[in-house]
Amino acid sequence: MTALIPTSAQTVGPFFHDCLLRNDAQINILAAPETFGEHIRITGRVLDGDGTVVPDAMIEIWQANAYGRYQHPADTRALPLDPAFTGYGRTGSAADGTYWFTTIKPGCVPFSNQHMQAPHICVAIFGRGLLNHLYTRIYFADEPDNATDPILKLVPAQRRVTLLAQPETISSERIYRFDIILQGMGETAFFNLVGAVAV
Amino acid sequence: MNTTTIASIVRGDAAIFPPYLYDAYRSTIRRAPGLPLIDVPLTLSELTGPGPRISAITPEDADLTRNAGTGGEAIGQRIIVSGRVLDAQGHPIPHTLVEIWQANAAGRYIHRRDQWPGPLDPHFLGIGRCHTDANGVYRFLTVRPGAYPWKNHPNAWRPAHIHFSLFGPNWGTRLITQMYFQDDPLFFQDPIFQSVPAEAGQRLIASYDHEQTQPEWALGWRWDIVLAGPSATPFEPIREEQP
Repeated sequence: MTALIPTSAQTVGPFFHDCLLRNDAQINILAAPETFGEHIRITGRVLDGDGTVVPDAMIEIWQANAYGRYQHPADTRALPLDPAFTGYGRTGSAADGTYWFTTIKPGCVPFSNQHMQAPHICVAIFGRGLLNHLYTRIYFADEPDNATDPILKLVPAQRRVTLLAQPETISSERIYRFDIILQGMGETAFFNLVGAVAV
Repeated sequence: MNTTTIASIVRGDAAIFPPYLYDAYRSTIRRAPGLPLIDVPLTLSELTGPGPRISAITPEDADLTRNAGTGGEAIGQRIIVSGRVLDAQGHPIPHTLVEIWQANAAGRYIHRRDQWPGPLDPHFLGIGRCHTDANGVYRFLTVRPGAYPWKNHPNAWRPAHIHFSLFGPNWGTRLITQMYFQDDPLFFQDPIFQSVPAEAGQRLIASYDHEQTQPEWALGWRWDIVLAGPSATPFEPIREEQP
């Protein structure tokens, strides 16, 4: 059978909030008090090529639970699901360009039969002026496994730092700062998803 | 639309997807990435995804003519917008979330940042959502949106469109796009539509569908959506070190 041609992408535009961030569609808080794992806050700013804050971006995240299991039928491994965790978040940047999620640090998931990946969170960024969404990942700067992560290895060494969320602790809350720089100095490394993992 | 620079940074197939920098659409100039994208393979992280996470969807959510909660009906030409969500092999994608938003029949959004003097309709929010059925079919009842002006270039008007957001089966199939109408005269001057390569752009245009049209009620428009994730062919550049 001939493959169908995919439907192309268009910008989310400036007027998505009432639909995509309506009451039950905005998910900043991924972790309930009973969610298993290290509870963390991810926060940062979205900036454009002039260093100006982007007040109308939408950010989505997808991650494994603290055991390293995705709540999805394609993840068939014998690891626990957490009934208090789906792994999906969606929010908008505020007038000052900031966004935040409260979640848990994900466990490790496999890359191939031989290799594991360092803990990470998948990120998609949408916005006025982004004709197609951007993909990237949040890694955690304090994770030793980053040194052997097969995806980070594909990122030029000098750009890897743009994928590392920097930890700090403020009044007992563990915070990871992750700025998303769309263009220019310190531009975040964005991904093109190509092909399947070689196993 | 005189001096469009089509940059080489594109995610996905450049024959289908728009480039990030398309300077006739001015908002891309400071927001498009300037460095090459990093080619990465799909891992379990991208082969899974959120799917339908919004639990409280009701049938009323798919009726934009009445879902404002006022008891009244939106003003405008009633239309039924329906189609199938398919994968690249043509298999239907069932039970996937479809979210839409649009301007009202006068071309005005309820959004606080839309301030042009088109009239608001108190009975129209312009937001809807549904899940595809077991055959991958989605269906919305709404009113035909109007065109609206914007400040991108002199006398700029967006063609009438409905925004669509879909998840599909995994993180790699996420798509946000816009559906247009077959008989719209405004495509020639719209850089957002024009940013898509020509043939792929034609596929963003819904067709009038008389079989969907309901007598004495609403006009039918058909638009199928193909959520093709990245190719499943092996990713070559990875050379795994032996453990």
